[in-house]
Amino acid sequence: MTATLAAGPAPTADRATVLQRWRTVAGEVSDPEIPVLTLADLGILRDVTCGTGAADADTVMVTLTPTYTGCPATAVIAGDVEAALRAAGAEQVRVRTVLSPAWTTDWISEDGRRKLQEYGIAPPGACRPAGSAPRSIGLTLSVRCPRCGSGRTREVSRFGSTPCKSHWTCQACLEPFDNFKAI
Amino acid sequence: MTTTPTNTASANPASSTTGHPALAQYVTGLGDDALVLSHRLAEWITNAPQLEEDLALANISLDLLGQARTLLSYAGEVEGKGRTEDDLAYLRSEREFRNLQLVEIPNGDFAVTIARQLIISAYQFELYTALLSSADETLAALAAKAIKEVDYHRDHATQWTLRLGDGTEQSHARMQVALEATWPYVEELFDPTDIARELAALPGVAVDPSTLRESWTAYVRPVLVEATMPEPQPNRRSRGGRRGLHTEYLGHMLAEMQILHRAHPGVTW
Repeated sequence: MTATLAAGPAPTADRATVLQRWRTVAGEVSDPEIPVLTLADLGILRDVTCGTGAADADTVMVTLTPTYTGCPATAVIAGDVEAALRAAGAEQVRVRTVLSPAWTTDWISEDGRRKLQEYGIAPPGACRPAGSAPRSIGLTLSVRCPRCGSGRTREVSRFGSTPCKSHWTCQACLEPFDNFKAI
Repeated sequence: MTTTPTNTASANPASSTTGHPALAQYVTGLGDDALVLSHRLAEWITNAPQLEEDLALANISLDLLGQARTLLSYAGEVEGKGRTEDDLAYLRSEREFRNLQLVEIPNGDFAVTIARQLIISAYQFELYTALLSSADETLAALAAKAIKEVDYHRDHATQWTLRLGDGTEQSHARMQVALEATWPYVEELFDPTDIARELAALPGVAVDPSTLRESWTAYVRPVLVEATMPEPQPNRRSRGGRRGLHTEYLGHMLAEMQILHRAHPGVTW
């Protein structure tokens, strides 16, 4: 009996350790457009599992969710995760993308918010429910300048250099900056 | 629109939905709305009145392209004939496109684009709200994702409608012309006739567009009032987009959109 067990799947404790290792490796992959953030910081890494059957025991299965449906970084991220896991010794990697539950900026970690701020991007505020945008111009809540900390800032455009950011300018230090849009 | 190695979206196992023509048809219509509008908005890049607007319209276009990819991938999967998102986008002819005519009309004056954006984004907002409770898991998942994006699109169109309508004499006059040019395409959005068969075959899955009119009007009408714009009373109305009847403009747009793929089949970046 002992011999049979040894030849079978690894004992549970080892399996958990291995899985944790794959999770860490995948979670440490950087976002290609905002390289200071890892996938774990962004909250787009939804799941990392290993196959349980004999055929797929060597397969690491990663589930990602996109920030925006059209985000061109999604395909790059999937490729980067696969490359990182292979470099760390994974035999087989499968990456799939799921839309549900829909990603929200509320999933960005505290650490991620601090890194955004230091990088010069104002972190997102609390997510507002869809449909609650103010109709009048200029009534959005002010965003603090990530460079000088002033609250005297102005929204230039609700759309910025990537789908996830809006474009602001600081009236105190006169620097333009990006704001991570709360969705 | 290159195919990525990832398996887009589908929460439904393919086996349970393949070969469902009514669902494939319904999803294709929604995907075509997003794809055609995405292409139209992309035509603004480098031509918008200001740099910020180039970025805004490009971002909206990109969101719509993402929605189109999800929808058309799913339509191909449900159809069960092995067609990919690229096959559907690049290898169908004009009569096979199921989009509403509103999204294919030329960009025209910037105000025309804004009027079209106000109409369609307010419509998609109500549509995706209704699809949140669709019995189809993939449609419900996409709706939950897309509604956050469309919320920004609707807000963008609203702010511009207010600025142009309640702006200068010149901007007001051009916004008026724009509303009159786009309003003949509004009725078609709420007409269930062309998708009656799909609606009957997909209870609890597809949304009857006539049910969206009230909430759409409740959003759009106050925006027009605040923008000091009278609501047009069109004397003609578009019809038939959902069964493949289009304006003369779609064919020209598709020629440009599809030529690269048709000249170099299977080409990727």
